[in-house]
Amino acid sequence: MAFLSKEASLALVQRVHRLIGIKNGSTPHGAPQPRRQRSAPRPGAEHFDVIVVGAGPAGSAAALVAARAGLKVLLLERGEYPGSKNVSGAAFYGSAILNELIPNWWEQAPVERYLTRRVLAFMTAETSVAIDFRTTRFAEPPYNGFSILRPKFDRWFADQAVAAGAFLLNAAVVDEVLWEDDQVVGVRVRRDEGDLRADVVIACDGANSFLAKNAGLQREFHAHEMSLGVKEVLELDEGAIRERFHLHDNDGLAIEYIGAITEEVSGGGFLYTNRDSLSLGVIGQISSLAEHRRRPYELLETFKRHPSVAPLVRGGRVREYSAHVIPEAGWNMLPKLYTGGMLVAGDAAALCFVAGLYLEGINYAIQSGMAAGEAAVAAHQERDFSARSLARYVERLRARHVLTDFASYRHAPGLVNSPRLQNLYPELIAAGAEQVFRVNGGPKRKLLPIALDTLRRANISPVHVLQDAWQAGRSFGW
Amino acid sequence: MVSIPLEERMRTVRFKVDDRPHIVVNAAVCNNCSVRACVYVCPANLFVPLDDGGILFNYEECFECGTCYIACNQEGAIQWSYPRGGYGVTFREA
Ligand SMILES: Cc1cc2nc3c(=O)[nH]c(=O)nc-3n(C[C@H](O)[C@H](O)[C@H](O)COP(=O)(O)OP(=O)(O)OC[C@H]3O[C@@H](n4cnc5c(N)ncnc54)[C@H](O)[C@@H]3O)c2cc1C
Ligand code: SF4
Ligand code: SF4
Repeated sequence: MAFLSKEASLALVQRVHRLIGIKNGSTPHGAPQPRRQRSAPRPGAEHFDVIVVGAGPAGSAAALVAARAGLKVLLLERGEYPGSKNVSGAAFYGSAILNELIPNWWEQAPVERYLTRRVLAFMTAETSVAIDFRTTRFAEPPYNGFSILRPKFDRWFADQAVAAGAFLLNAAVVDEVLWEDDQVVGVRVRRDEGDLRADVVIACDGANSFLAKNAGLQREFHAHEMSLGVKEVLELDEGAIRERFHLHDNDGLAIEYIGAITEEVSGGGFLYTNRDSLSLGVIGQISSLAEHRRRPYELLETFKRHPSVAPLVRGGRVREYSAHVIPEAGWNMLPKLYTGGMLVAGDAAALCFVAGLYLEGINYAIQSGMAAGEAAVAAHQERDFSARSLARYVERLRARHVLTDFASYRHAPGLVNSPRLQNLYPELIAAGAEQVFRVNGGPKRKLLPIALDTLRRANISPVHVLQDAWQAGRSFGW
Repeated sequence: MVSIPLEERMRTVRFKVDDRPHIVVNAAVCNNCSVRACVYVCPANLFVPLDDGGILFNYEECFECGTCYIACNQEGAIQWSYPRGGYGVTFREA
C-alpha cells in the first residue's frame, strides 16, 4: 500500500468491496457448486457462542479475541496437540501484530532467533547471485520477524487462547458444518455425540479448506494454484550456526532461493536459522511437479547439494522431514469469506501471501483470525448472526490491510510462476554477473554490452524484457 | 548425515497409524490413467506403479498434505479425508 496514492488506494478499496460483493451469494469462478446434502444438528447438542475449527495461528487468534470478549468459545483441533499437523518455513513476520494481542509475546513464546538478515539468491545449477540485507534495526523490540518451529509455537499460541477462557479440544476432526435453513448453526465432529451448536463457526482449517468447500463457499482447486512444500529440520551446533551465517548471538537469517534450485519446476527454496538447527526446504507448484515428473524429495536433495547451499548444511543431521501444501493463487482463489453463521480465515480463505521473495502466511493468518474474532464479537453484541451482520468481517479485513494487500499484489503470483521469471532471469543474472567478474585477459567490457550479449545468447528480445519489467512493476512496484 | 535416502528420512517422522485408511485409491480408475501424477508428487512416495498397470497405495506414512488429490485429475480415483482425530502424522519440529 505504501506505493499507492490516496485516490488509487480508495479505488482499490472500492474494487475489493465490489468483488467481495459479487462473490457473496455465488461461488467465485466457474459454475456454482451443486448444493450439497445439508445436515441439521441432532437435538441436545451442546451450544457455544463461537466454535473455531483448527488451532493454527488463524484459529488461535480468532479464539483468543472472542474469548477475551467474554464469549463461550470452543477451539477444535484434529491433531494430538495444536501444531502437530502444521508445517511452515518458518519465518514469522507478524511480531508487531501479535504484540497487539500479547504485549512482549516473544519473552514467553518458544521463538528460535530474531531475523536481522534477509537474503534473496538467484540460482543456476552452478552459480548464485544474492542480495544480502542486514540491519540492526530489526534487532529491537517488537522485532521484524522470528524463526519459529510450528509444533512448539502453535501449542503455545493455543494455550494463550485457553488462558483467555477458550476451551480447547484436541484429537477432534470436524467433518461438516450443520445447517438450519440458510444459516450455519454448528459442526459435526467425527465421534459419538459429535454434533455441536454455535452462533458463529469460524473455519480456520488450513490450506485444503474442506469446511469452506463443504459449506459451498470455496470451489475445488486447480493444481496450478497450490504448491507443495517439503522441508527438513537439520540439527547443527549453535556455534557452527553463528560462525557459518555470521551471526552475533540470538539473531538469525532467512534466505529465499529462486531459479534453477527447483530445476525446471516452478518454485523455490528456503533456508532459515533456528537456535540449534536449520530449517530448509523446497516449494514446487503441484501442476509443475506433475508435468515435469519431478519428485519433491529429490529436488530437496538437489537443493542441499547445490555448491552454494552444501557448505551451509554440511554436517547437519536430519531431525524431521515434513510436507504441507500452500495456497498460491492469492486474490484469484479467495473463497466467499462469510455466510450466515460462518466465517473463513487464514489459509482456509487462501490468505497466504506468496510471491517470490515473500512467503507470508502466518502473519496474515493471525490478522484474519483476529478480524474474524472481532466480527463474531460484534455480531454477538447485536445478537445478529446473519450473513448481513457477519459481512463486517470484510470491513475488519480491510482495516487490517489484509484484503487490500492481496488485491494490490493480485498480479504477482502469475508473474512469479512464469517460466522466464522462474528460470531464465536468474540464469541471465548469474551469467551476466559471471561475465562482469571473470578476468581472462580479454578487454574489460562495459555493462550494457554484457547485458545485451547475455540476452542475445539466451535468445530473448529486449522487448520481452521490457514487457516483463512492466509486469514486475505492476505486480510489485506500484 | 545431510544426504539421506527417503526411507531414512521418513523414519524421522512420527505416525500414529489408524486402522481405517483415510485415503482410498480406486484401482479401476488408475488402470486407465497414463499421467500417474500421484506417483511423482507424493512427498512420502506412497503411490507405487505396478507391472500390471495398477497402483499400489499405502496410507500409513501419509503427511495428510492433500497433494495427491489436487494433482490427480481423474474423477473418482482418490477418496480423500483426514484420519480420525489424534491419528496420523504428528510433527514435533516441522
Ligand atoms: C513449507 C512451507 C513453508 C512456509 N513458510 C512460511 C514462512 O516462513 N512464513 C510464513 O508466514 N508462512 C509460511 N508458510 C505458510 C503458513 O504455513 C500458513 O500460511 C499458515 O500455517 C496458515 O495458518 P492457518 O492457521 O490458516 O492454517 P494452519 O496452520 O494450516 O492450521 C490449520 C489447523 O486446522 C486443523 N484442522 C484442519 N482441518 C481440521 C478439521 N477438519 N477439524 C479439526 N481441525 C482441523 C489443523 O490440524 C491445523 O492445526 C509456509 C507454508 C509451508 C507449507
Ligand atoms: S491416483 Fe489419479 S493420477 Fe494416480 S494413477 Fe490413479 S488416476 Fe492416475
Ligand atoms: S496426502 Fe500427501 S503424503 Fe498423503 S498420500 Fe497424498 S500426497 Fe502422499
